[in-house]
Amino acid sequence: MRTSTRRSHRLMALAAVAALTTGVLAGCSSDSNDTSSNSSGGTSKGKTTLTVGTFGVFGYKQAGLYDEYMKLHPNITIKEDVTTRTDVYWPKVLTRLQAGSGTDDIQAIEVGNITEAVQTQADKFVDLGKDVDKSQWLPWKNAQATTKDGKQIGLGTDTGPMAICYRKDLFKKAGLPTDRTQLAALWKGDWTKYVNVGKDYMKKAPKGTKFVDSASSVYNAAIGGESQRYYDKDGNVIWDKSTGVKAAWNAAMEVATSNMSAKLKQFDPTWDQGFANASFATVACPAWMMGYIQEKAGTAGSGNWDVAAAPTAANWGGSFLGVPTATKHQADAVALAKWLTAPEQQEKVFAKQASFPSTPAAYPNLKPAAATTAYFSNAPITQIFSDSAKTIPVQVFGIKDQPIGTAITDVGILQVEQKGKTPAQGWSAATKEIKDVLGQ
Amino acid sequence: MSSSKQALAHPAPGSGAAPGNQPGAARGAGGRGTPAPGPSSWRSRLYRWDMKASPYAFISPFFIIFGAFGLIPLLYTAWYSLHNVQLSSLDHKTWAGLDNYRNLLSSDFFWNALKNTFTIGLISTVPQLLMAIGIAHLLNYRLRGSTVWRVVMLTPYATSVAAATLVFTLLYSWDGGMVNWLLHFVGVNAINWRESTWGSQFAVSSIVIWRWTGYNALIYLAAMQAIPADLYESAAIDGANRWQQFRHVTIPQLRPTILFTVVVSTIGATQLFGEPLLFGGVSGSKGGSEHQYQTLGLYMYDQGWIIGNLGKASAIAWSMFLILLIVAAINLLFTRRLRKSQ
Repeated sequence: MRTSTRRSHRLMALAAVAALTTGVLAGCSSDSNDTSSNSSGGTSKGKTTLTVGTFGVFGYKQAGLYDEYMKLHPNITIKEDVTTRTDVYWPKVLTRLQAGSGTDDIQAIEVGNITEAVQTQADKFVDLGKDVDKSQWLPWKNAQATTKDGKQIGLGTDTGPMAICYRKDLFKKAGLPTDRTQLAALWKGDWTKYVNVGKDYMKKAPKGTKFVDSASSVYNAAIGGESQRYYDKDGNVIWDKSTGVKAAWNAAMEVATSNMSAKLKQFDPTWDQGFANASFATVACPAWMMGYIQEKAGTAGSGNWDVAAAPTAANWGGSFLGVPTATKHQADAVALAKWLTAPEQQEKVFAKQASFPSTPAAYPNLKPAAATTAYFSNAPITQIFSDSAKTIPVQVFGIKDQPIGTAITDVGILQVEQKGKTPAQGWSAATKEIKDVLGQ
Repeated sequence: MSSSKQALAHPAPGSGAAPGNQPGAARGAGGRGTPAPGPSSWRSRLYRWDMKASPYAFISPFFIIFGAFGLIPLLYTAWYSLHNVQLSSLDHKTWAGLDNYRNLLSSDFFWNALKNTFTIGLISTVPQLLMAIGIAHLLNYRLRGSTVWRVVMLTPYATSVAAATLVFTLLYSWDGGMVNWLLHFVGVNAINWRESTWGSQFAVSSIVIWRWTGYNALIYLAAMQAIPADLYESAAIDGANRWQQFRHVTIPQLRPTILFTVVVSTIGATQLFGEPLLFGGVSGSKGGSEHQYQTLGLYMYDQGWIIGNLGKASAIAWSMFLILLIVAAINLLFTRRLRKSQ
């Protein structure tokens, strides 16, 4: 009896100690918020430090833009806070935005997440539309970052206009035309025409090669040019009735059920090997993929690759810069975001790593790196991509675009392509997956 | 062995009680003398308080850290699991009751993930522990350069999951992978290791086995070296050969260690996450196009961080916790059985 009461006293004491100490800790944490913003984003000795949160490789540092800006504004120091993978970066940003602390002064937003940001986080971002000349950007790019009541939460950085990158040497061996304008005319307007070229290719395909890397890449390229995707304008999910999805799915199914696909998964190590071994002849390539191809296909591919216009004008990828309201240096951050996304700076990033600008004013002056031009058989790269960028339709996006797209490509299409399921089975598997995604 | 442990354990409470008596003694001394003047009673009270409180202060860091990073998130997750919460709107939870759990119980994906976790756990843990025992037994012989062998055994454990999995992914790649290349010599057609059900589960298990066998072998080896040599001597005198010695001396003596490794490996298998995620490459959280190697951990990650359905992900987390409790209970039952049979 006695011991038990003593024990309960001790427990009380323990609880009290714990409560007190957590209180102290909590005090610390709210303190440290202030101090951390002092160290990483504060003004000390009249100098302001701005942090820029990005993912992947934005190329600002590589193109020397931060150094240039710091030279122009001696009171500003810029630090970049890079997370490699988007699927790690975005959940982190979401939680920090909602916590109201821990965000960088500028936060990059990928096109796959911009709708979620617009529809759910608009009040956490500064309205940038008021301060800029919106006509600098492509209209569809602005539209993606604008809320229904006209607030623009992000400024466009790069875009991903698409073309078809193809291997001239393999086309020649397969007895197909190798001229880029001739090929573009051959598949113009419809991805099924492109698939038909693939059928011709496979009739005389060089040994060990296929026409295209995967059925999913055809799907992604085709859906990238459709105005109707997974949601309607009112935010209802209509993916299973969408004309865009149907068209893209059918093109992908023609690839998946034929022998023209190398059956690779994009961005897998085996895909990289496919470039190196020239095991497929074409790939739908957004502008930013040019550098990737050069790196993975290596010097052996130099001069063998060429670029032709894609069947439809389509977009894959691209990003925005937003300024969270939580920042302590709103004016400075907005100024930097405006400067980084201005046409002159986008030109410089393009020259460095072929991220295609979202500001048409930059298009006449674009100079791709000499090595890139030579690698792709002196194709008029900027011409092809800017033609595409200017004609991409305004697309309707929704909050769960990305997981829905993944369900279609990595469940539905993959099952047909790699597991020999029928297109109907693939479709129903994707349907089931999307229901799970939507929590139905 | 266990009796000697108990013998060692006994003095501990006694010696622990001794300092506890001291404040009482001090009080007694104070009470016998003249009424204590103010400052000294203050001091003695402080001293007494110090004696009582400081042990708690010393152990409190663990409990505070556990509370902040273990208990509170655990309880918060339970609270989340009863709500409909999206990652993009954490402030707008709506009460869902047990809907998330009901949703899970009727979801094929959940049962599939549970089944995968179980089968992958089984085909990774069992061979791993059997091999570990065998290897430990070999290492227990007098060998030239025994330290080298032991270090070599432990190197897989020291490599990062990411690096190891990347290499294994290349080995198992469909065309051009080394495993398929070797198999074609024995007339086996190329296997699509990632998309076939058994192939992918085997591949994931092989990464786990590769990483953890050495670690377990080392634990077994340590336990084997604690087995008294005279047991083997007397067994040898009785005419037992090497195998019989292993079977009737080594294994029974290793029983507590085996139990420990089984418990640890089971917990590890239930939480299997990194290997299948990285093996899947891009969108690896799906665990293959038919979820053929999606474990519970992956399903939770996919729901919570990729799809953004935090309420459901929390429900999965708590289901995993409950499953672990059940597994622990089964382990406990087995342990008791074993003790009784001993």
